Amino acid sequence: MTAPRTLYDKIWDDHVAHEAEDGTCRLYIDRHLVHEVTSPQAFEGLRIAGRKVRAPEKTVAVPDHNVPTDPTRLEGIKDEQSRIQVEALRRNAKDFGIELYDIDDDRQGIVHIVGPEQGWTQPGMTVVCGDSHTATHGAFGALAHGIGTSEVEHVLATQTLIQKKSKNMLVEVDGDLAPGVTAKDITLSIIGKTGTAGGTGHVIEYAGSAIRNLTMEGRMTVCNMAIEGGARAGLVAPDEKTIEYVKGRPNAPKGGQWELAVTYWNTLQSDESAHYDQTVRMDAAEIPPVVTWGTSPEDVLPITGSVPDPESFEGGKIEAARRSLDYMGLTPGQKLNEIEIDTVFIGSCTNGRIEDLREVAKIMEGRRVRDGLRAMIVPGSGLVRLQAEEEGIAQKLQEAGFEWRMAGCSMCLGMNPDQLSPGERCASTSNRNFEGRQGYKGRTHLMSPAMAAAAAVNGRLTDVRDLM
Amino acid sequence: MEKFTKLTGVAAPMPLVNIDTDMIIPKQFLKTIKRTGLGTNLFDEMRFDRDGNEIEDFVLNKPAYREARILVAGDNFGCGSSREHAPWALLDFGIRCVISTSFADIFYNNCFKNGVLPIKLPKEQVDALMEDAERGSNARMTVDLEEQTVTGSNGEVYGFEIDPFRKHCLLNGLDDIGLTTETAATSIDAYEARTAEQRPWL
Repeated sequence: MTAPRTLYDKIWDDHVAHEAEDGTCRLYIDRHLVHEVTSPQAFEGLRIAGRKVRAPEKTVAVPDHNVPTDPTRLEGIKDEQSRIQVEALRRNAKDFGIELYDIDDDRQGIVHIVGPEQGWTQPGMTVVCGDSHTATHGAFGALAHGIGTSEVEHVLATQTLIQKKSKNMLVEVDGDLAPGVTAKDITLSIIGKTGTAGGTGHVIEYAGSAIRNLTMEGRMTVCNMAIEGGARAGLVAPDEKTIEYVKGRPNAPKGGQWELAVTYWNTLQSDESAHYDQTVRMDAAEIPPVVTWGTSPEDVLPITGSVPDPESFEGGKIEAARRSLDYMGLTPGQKLNEIEIDTVFIGSCTNGRIEDLREVAKIMEGRRVRDGLRAMIVPGSGLVRLQAEEEGIAQKLQEAGFEWRMAGCSMCLGMNPDQLSPGERCASTSNRNFEGRQGYKGRTHLMSPAMAAAAAVNGRLTDVRDLM
Repeated sequence: MEKFTKLTGVAAPMPLVNIDTDMIIPKQFLKTIKRTGLGTNLFDEMRFDRDGNEIEDFVLNKPAYREARILVAGDNFGCGSSREHAPWALLDFGIRCVISTSFADIFYNNCFKNGVLPIKLPKEQVDALMEDAERGSNARMTVDLEEQTVTGSNGEVYGFEIDPFRKHCLLNGLDDIGLTTETAATSIDAYEARTAEQRPWL
């Protein structure tokens, strides 16, 4: 009789390929997603050492970070450095036998949207990518986290990662969400409560009825931002919704193997009375629509609130908050729903899925983007884009005043032409509000797609419930 | 990877909390396909104005700290993106050790792959070293990895904890891939064979 184990314990145990006496493990990696920005040095390392990719069939490559999102990209990427990186990815994929979804492929998109969409991501797997938002895949009950380039090279060469086990953290959200409150509000509220270092050294398991009630898209939004809470990985135990989502996707198990896989996936829940090193509980009914006011994702407040006074914080946060307000051009006491914006960005691996676009379309029904505002929608993948066009959402949103773009990371990180100008203020569905993140001196307020749509209508941060 | 044994040098104070990897190396410099040369853009948007002129009051622009080898930083250093360009930029600038109360996991891990030593110390000790660092170029600290100590300019010694495997790799400048191939290759083969039977859909 083994001791009760958490979901993380179970996936971990099933992937230890080698354990040294001091507890250092080689964790076997089932899926390795590769993009153009964090992989060139890794492939260069392999070439110099004369090494091969150990399991190219478990590896998939897609350019996303610095590809432009306007259709002219198909005529060639103008920025030379970006073009070189995308070309390097193309060459590396070809030379090492890795499947690539290139920029002219409908399946191209943000790596964390493409992985699940193509069925590469499955419950119980270990998934890595040289990108911190790999945590997204945890929504399937896969142990998924971001790694650095040296680790990318290590995984390419050995299909393992040198790891020591993290601690277990349980975040339980029970109850029903109020109207206008979404997965994004849940995940931001958790970070607001625990802080950006609250999950450091831990793997978070998200549980409770409010998480169960989310769609797979919503669960991906929640897990995506585990990293902003300091945790390298977030997990949701698989259930019927998970299995239903994976079923029939291009790389999902087929035939008799499907049944075998489902039997295994059904064992992937934490045992009752399994031990967690830390537990956080939240009541879903008490979560309001939220926005960020500062330059750290923990700077979260209800939209009904006001810009805080830096003096209301403690320790190093006082100076950090002062710096944030100066950067953001805000004054203490200013009402959040009176902050005027210049730009609306809807997209990213956090909120670039079909459900997010439907949410925006719902709020925009019979309304228009306020005059003078720049508003863009960047579908997370070519397939999301096509689906939105088939559903008629794309046309409606364009008529409402949104730009309709090709898939990519776009303005989430401003490595491509989609960037904020100095002082430009953006209502954004992305995941980070760091200084300069969306463009030099750009000002980011994080929020849900519904809240971003409401902001687009009014030209200022807006409580979406006022439009419902 | 360059070995890390003992380091003596000037420590620069950066008391700001939550210094993220976008601050350490902004995204426009991630377009390189090399590991080297990022030091000139370390903390770029804090260090230079839009025209490329140095911002005088940024710590690494002050005469005392231009040759800094150590950073003493506020809580949760290195949070955000997984970019290994952050430790590459620190290393290329000449900084081989960062001292803080806490580090983000991915950054912490990335440091060890590049011969950069992140040291976690309790708040009071980081505060004391921060004060020490604020004294400028006279405040030279010594970090001894073998002994696991930081010695402040006034001779005060602080011990730190470090994972023995990581210490071993850093002291000897070991290449992870070579190490895995040497010690674990048979186990990985066996694991793959075992899994092919137990979970054939993978």
